[in-house]
Amino acid sequence: MEHGSHSDQSKSTFSLADEDHTFANSIRFTLNQDPRVTFCGYSIPHPSDNRVNIRVQTTGDPAREVLKDACQDLMLICQHVRGTFDKAVSDFKKSNTMESDDSE
Amino acid sequence: MSSSSKDESMSEMEEQENQKKENGVLDYIMSLESVPTKLPPHLELLRTRVLCNNDAPQHTDTIQYSGAYAALGVDNSLRLDNFSQNFKVEVKRLTDDDMEFDMIGIDPSLANAFRRILIAEVPTMAIERVYIANNTSLIQDEVLSHRLGLIPISADPRLFEYPDNAGDDRNEKNTIVFKLHVGCRKGQPRITVRSNELKWLPNGSELIAEDAKPSASSKPKTFTSFACSQESVPEISSNPIGPKYSDIILAKLGPGQEIELEAHAIKGIGRTHAKWSPVATAWYRMLPEVVLLENIEDELADELKEKCPVGVFDIEDIGKGRRRATVARPRDCTLCRECIRGGKDWEDRISLRRVKDHFIFTIESTGALPPEVLFTEAVKILEDKCERVITELS
Repeated sequence: MEHGSHSDQSKSTFSLADEDHTFANSIRFTLNQDPRVTFCGYSIPHPSDNRVNIRVQTTGDPAREVLKDACQDLMLICQHVRGTFDKAVSDFKKSNTMESDDSE
Repeated sequence: MSSSSKDESMSEMEEQENQKKENGVLDYIMSLESVPTKLPPHLELLRTRVLCNNDAPQHTDTIQYSGAYAALGVDNSLRLDNFSQNFKVEVKRLTDDDMEFDMIGIDPSLANAFRRILIAEVPTMAIERVYIANNTSLIQDEVLSHRLGLIPISADPRLFEYPDNAGDDRNEKNTIVFKLHVGCRKGQPRITVRSNELKWLPNGSELIAEDAKPSASSKPKTFTSFACSQESVPEISSNPIGPKYSDIILAKLGPGQEIELEAHAIKGIGRTHAKWSPVATAWYRMLPEVVLLENIEDELADELKEKCPVGVFDIEDIGKGRRRATVARPRDCTLCRECIRGGKDWEDRISLRRVKDHFIFTIESTGALPPEVLFTEAVKILEDKCERVITELS
């Protein structure tokens, strides 16, 4: 899963199975935003294999921890998106039902 | 004494003034904020807007790297609280079948992830296995089965489970059974078989499996083993299962032709086959921004209003019989670039831009789930992916 060296934990490549651009591009975005990261990128070795290689190089922290933190950040972003979206939909529905009541 | 003191104070003031001029530049530098939070406006424009010129768009990539503006001393990283404050969702239109909403403050990689998940990874129910007892129509078995698979079924996929293996255990928790038995008698005119002929069988399959051993119980073994009727589940009995649209043409029968079959629907995702995709389609576009770089008046204003095919520009009166062009509906702009065609002067007068972090999302559902539920499910699926990776890494 992780291809790196035991001596230098700050640089390694993570090979994820059953993933594609959907997840890899989003995690690349959150990794880029982390100030500890000096380099991050992803590649798909072959389009027929469902596999993604994510490369992370950091300023000293172990790459595994940084990737885990990025996944956590992405989860928090998704939860916030979901909450905001649900609230916006319920506000819209409420304002619409109020309008139809007024018109009646 | 007083005059001399005044002189002294005057000379002090003069000295201070001289010093101010020398230190003026120094003072300005020292009074700047120690950590600049905002970029100068021309860089901010390049960071947040795509410039759509006549030949090609410029600055299309989002600058995500946290240290991109480190030389200027500006921090480009996304703090989570910054994101939470700036992120907004505005619903523009919401019906049972489709919705249009704006997402402001999100990166294109996330918007694309949601779109990809909506199309390929949100599960639905669709017909997968068709047991044909009799088909004397002109439509071949496999063509008829393919058409049956594409019919949208109004069943909530969250109430069902994925089938475990290649096909043995079909029970009420993972299968929906439909029956189709139509015939056209001799002497009757031709009939059209529509999707309302598909009848839901809540008690399971009625076709008898041929290789069944004679069992002790009186009930013969069918292709499914339903332990209880699906109608007993309260969510299903309140919304009965069936094809979403009743007027889809499946086949046409001439006199003497008959179709008798049983169709089993299971849960799947769009990635395996497009029949399991819950959206007709889902797409997004960036918010267009049309900026007039100079005042466009009189004849030029009329010409500009004529040029735009969707009516983005309007004329307003500014008194004394003169008219000026204004941007009335920038959201309708389709980026046809008609307004900047016709020479370099038009390109200098109008700037067509796209806002990089404002997405206008449209979701058209095929009917299994309402569009707002579909989007929530898609976000949940992305969260599940993150969790799976986290558990793999730990």
